[in-house]
Amino acid sequence: MNMIYMLIGFSILLALLFLLAFFWASKSGQHDDLFTPGIRILFEEEDHQETSNEEKSDEDHLGR
Amino acid sequence: MKETNSLKVETHCFHCGDNLPETAYFAEDKQFCCLGCKGVYQILSDHHLSSYYLYNDVPGSSQQKKAQHFNYLDEPGIAAELVDYTDPKVTVITLFIPVIHCSSCIWLLEHLYKINPAISQSRVDFLKKQVSITFKNQEISLRQVVETLSAIGYEPLISLQDMIKKQRTDHSERNLFTKIAVAGFCFGNVMLLSFPDYFGLNSFEQDFKNFFGWINLAFAIPVLLYSARDYFISAWTNLKNGVLNLDFPLALGIAVMFLRSAYEIITQTGAGFVDTLCSLVFFLLIGKWMQKRTYHYLSFERDFRSYFPVAVTQLKDGKEKPLPLNELKTGNRILIRSNEIIPADAILLKGEAKLDFSFVTGESLPVEKVLGEIVYAGGRQLNGAIELEVVKPVSQSYLTKLWNNEAFCGQRDPIKTFSDTASRYFSIVLVAIALAAGLYWISTDINKAVASFTAVLIIACPCALALSSPFTLAAVLSIFDKNKFYLKNTAVIEELARIDTIVFDKTGTITNPDAAGFDFSGKMDKYERQLVCDLARNSGHPLSRELVKWLNLRPQFLVEQYKEKVGRGISGCVDGHEVKLGSAAHLGLNTQDQGSVVHILIEHHYCGYFRSSQRWREGFKQLALKLGQQSDLHLLSGDQDHDRKLLTPFFPRTQQLHFQQSPQQKLDYILQLQQTGAKVMMLGDGLNDAGALKQSNLGIAVTDDINNFSPGCDAILDGAAFKKIPQLIKQAKDAVKVIHMSFVISLLYNAAGLFFAVQGLLSPLMAAILMPLSTITIILFTSLTARFYARKNHLL
Repeated sequence: MNMIYMLIGFSILLALLFLLAFFWASKSGQHDDLFTPGIRILFEEEDHQETSNEEKSDEDHLGR
Repeated sequence: MKETNSLKVETHCFHCGDNLPETAYFAEDKQFCCLGCKGVYQILSDHHLSSYYLYNDVPGSSQQKKAQHFNYLDEPGIAAELVDYTDPKVTVITLFIPVIHCSSCIWLLEHLYKINPAISQSRVDFLKKQVSITFKNQEISLRQVVETLSAIGYEPLISLQDMIKKQRTDHSERNLFTKIAVAGFCFGNVMLLSFPDYFGLNSFEQDFKNFFGWINLAFAIPVLLYSARDYFISAWTNLKNGVLNLDFPLALGIAVMFLRSAYEIITQTGAGFVDTLCSLVFFLLIGKWMQKRTYHYLSFERDFRSYFPVAVTQLKDGKEKPLPLNELKTGNRILIRSNEIIPADAILLKGEAKLDFSFVTGESLPVEKVLGEIVYAGGRQLNGAIELEVVKPVSQSYLTKLWNNEAFCGQRDPIKTFSDTASRYFSIVLVAIALAAGLYWISTDINKAVASFTAVLIIACPCALALSSPFTLAAVLSIFDKNKFYLKNTAVIEELARIDTIVFDKTGTITNPDAAGFDFSGKMDKYERQLVCDLARNSGHPLSRELVKWLNLRPQFLVEQYKEKVGRGISGCVDGHEVKLGSAAHLGLNTQDQGSVVHILIEHHYCGYFRSSQRWREGFKQLALKLGQQSDLHLLSGDQDHDRKLLTPFFPRTQQLHFQQSPQQKLDYILQLQQTGAKVMMLGDGLNDAGALKQSNLGIAVTDDINNFSPGCDAILDGAAFKKIPQLIKQAKDAVKVIHMSFVISLLYNAAGLFFAVQGLLSPLMAAILMPLSTITIILFTSLTARFYARKNHLL
C-alpha cells in the first residue's frame, strides 16, 4: 500500500505541471482576447502561392 | 421573390449598404453611395482583397465623413507617445478603431500586408476594437500606416487620453484569473484527498489519514496567502477606517478555518476544514470575477482631452507645423481647417468662422463669428480654414475650466450598496453569537467552548451572502448589455433603483440629432419639390439645411434674385418661377405658426407647409409620461428657449424647464437638487453636461454610436434604447428585490448551520456539504430570478 504515497506524489506533480502551463498561458496573454481567435480560424486561405511566400518573409522580420 | 431581391440590392451601396442617391457612383458593375465608398472598393480590389465583401453583406461603413489630417504623426514627440515599441527596424503600435464590427473587418485588418508589404503583421482584438500593427519603420512611416487604414475606411481614433496604454498596464484581470486557478487547483486536490476520511478509514489506514491531512494543509497555504489575500487586506483597511464590510466576516472565517484545521491536523485530533476553506475562496473569487467582467470595452472616464485633437496646426513664420496640444501657449497662431475642433479660447484673425457648438453648449444652431471676436474652445469649424490667436491655455479655457471644479477633483463617495449596509449588522451579530456560544461552554468544557466559537465563525462565513449581490448584478448587467445600456460597474444598478429625480439635457439627448424629419401638409408635385429644394439649398439656416437633406433631391436649377431675411424666410426665382419659403408672418399669411414651420408660396400660390417633426427621440412622449408618475422630471438645456412651448406638455412642472444653462450652472443645479435630498439621475450627451453628469448620483451619457465620444459618466445608453428607460429602472428595482430575497435564503442556510455550531456539533463533512450547497442555491436562484424579471419587464 505504500505505493499510494508515490502515486499521490506523482499525480500532484502532474497537476502542478498543468497549473504552471496555465500560468504561462495567462502571462503570455492568451486569455486576454477570447473572442477574435474563434473568428480568425474560419477565414479561408486564398491564393496560396502569394500568401505563403509573403508570410514566410514576414516571419523572418518578426524575429525581434 | 427573386425580383424583389435583386431590386433591393440595387438600391443600396455595395460597400456600406446606405441608400443610393439619385445618381450613384459606379465601379465595375457595383454601385456606391459616395466617392469614399467607391475609393475603398477600388483599393481593395486592386490589392486582391475583395474577399472582404464575401464574409458579410455590406461590411463597410459609410465614408461620407471627411478624413482627418494626420500630419501631426510625423512629429517624433507625438509618435513616441503613441507607439508600444520601436527600434531602428520595426515599430509596434496599437490603435483603437471604432468602426470594427464584423468578421470582414478582422479579415481585412489582418491582411494589411497585402496593401503595403512594409506592414509586417497586424492583429485585431475584436472586443476591444483594437488592432496591433507591426511595421518596418524604414519603409513606411506611422503617418502612412494610419493613412492606409483611413483610406480603406478604418480610421483610428487617436486622442490625448489614450486608454489603450492604460489597459495594457492593467493586469488585474489576469491576476484574478491566476488566483482563481490556484484556488481551483487546491480545491480539487483537497476534495479528492478529503473523501477517504469522509467515507471512513479502517484502523490500519490511520497513517494515510495523517498523510492526507498534511498534504491538505500544504494546499491550504497558497489559498490562504495568495488567493484570499485581497480579503484580508480589504478587511484590515476597512477595519482601520472603522467600517465593517462583508470582507471582515469572510476574512475572519477564512483565518479561523485555517487555524482550526492546522491545529486539528498537527495534533491529529481531526481532519480540519481545508476543503471548505478552498471551496469558499474559489467560489468567492468566481463571484468577484463575475462582478468585474466587462462585456464591452467602453471608456467611462473620458474628459475633454479625448474630445480634443492630439495636435493643432501652428502657423509660425508663415509655415504650418503640427504642435502637440499640451505645448500650445497663449499667443500662438493656429490654423483650424474645416471640421476641426478649436482647442483653446482664441481670437479670430482670418477667415469665416461658422462654428458648431452643439456639443459644448447645447446650442443647436451653428454660430457665426466676426474677425476679432473671441471664439471659445470646443467649437467645430464648419466653413473653410480659419486662423486664430490663442488667448488662454487649453486647461484654462471656458469649457475646460469645468474640469477644475471640485466635482472632478478627488474621489466621489462610492455608491452605497445593500451588501455594505447589511454586512455591518451581520458582522456584529455574528461575533456576538460566536462569543455567546463560547462563553456558554467555557465553564463546563474549555475544548467545547473553543470548538463552538470557531464553528460559528466558520459556518456563518457569509459565502452565499457575499455571492448574492455579484451574481444578481452580473446577470442584470448582461441583460442591460443586451438592451444597449452599458454600465460602468455593478454598483450602478443599485443606484439606479434609488433614483427619484431625473434631469434631461435637450439637444442630442431627448432630441435625435440625425433624424430630423418633416411632415408636409398641402399639395406639391415633384417639379415643385425640386424648385423648393433648389431654393432652400442656398440658405445656411438649419431648417433649410434639414429640409434639403430631407427632400434629398439633386441640384437642378440655378436660383436668381436670391434674397434671405435671416430667421424669417427666403425667396428667389427658380427656373422662371418665383418661390418663397418662410414663416407665416414673412409670407403675409394669416395663420399662427406652431413650432418650426416652413410655408411655401410658388408664384403667389400657397402650396402648403412643412412642419419639422420627430425631433424627439422615439417614444419620448410615453417615456416622459411614465417617468413623470414616479419621479420628478427636470430639463436643463444650453439652448435658447424656442422649444419651451413644445416641451411643456411633457414636463409636469414648467418651472423645472431651464434654458440657456452654462455647464457650470448645470452642475450647480444638480448640486442644489441633491442638497434637498434628491437622488438625481442626469441624462446628457455633450461636454457641456460633463459637470452635471459627474455631480449627479447617476450620470448617463446618451449616444447614437457608442464608439463616439461620450463624456465621463456612470453608464452609456444607446439612443435606440432611450425609450426603454422606465423598464430599465424597473429592472434595477427588481434586481435589488432579488438581492434581498437571496440574502434571506443564505441567512436561512446560516441559521441551519449555526444550530449545530453553537452546540459544538459541527463536523467537517457537514461544513463541506453546507457551504457549496448554499452557494449553488444562491447562484441558481439569483440568475434565474433576474432573468425571470427581465422577461417580465420585456427586456429579454
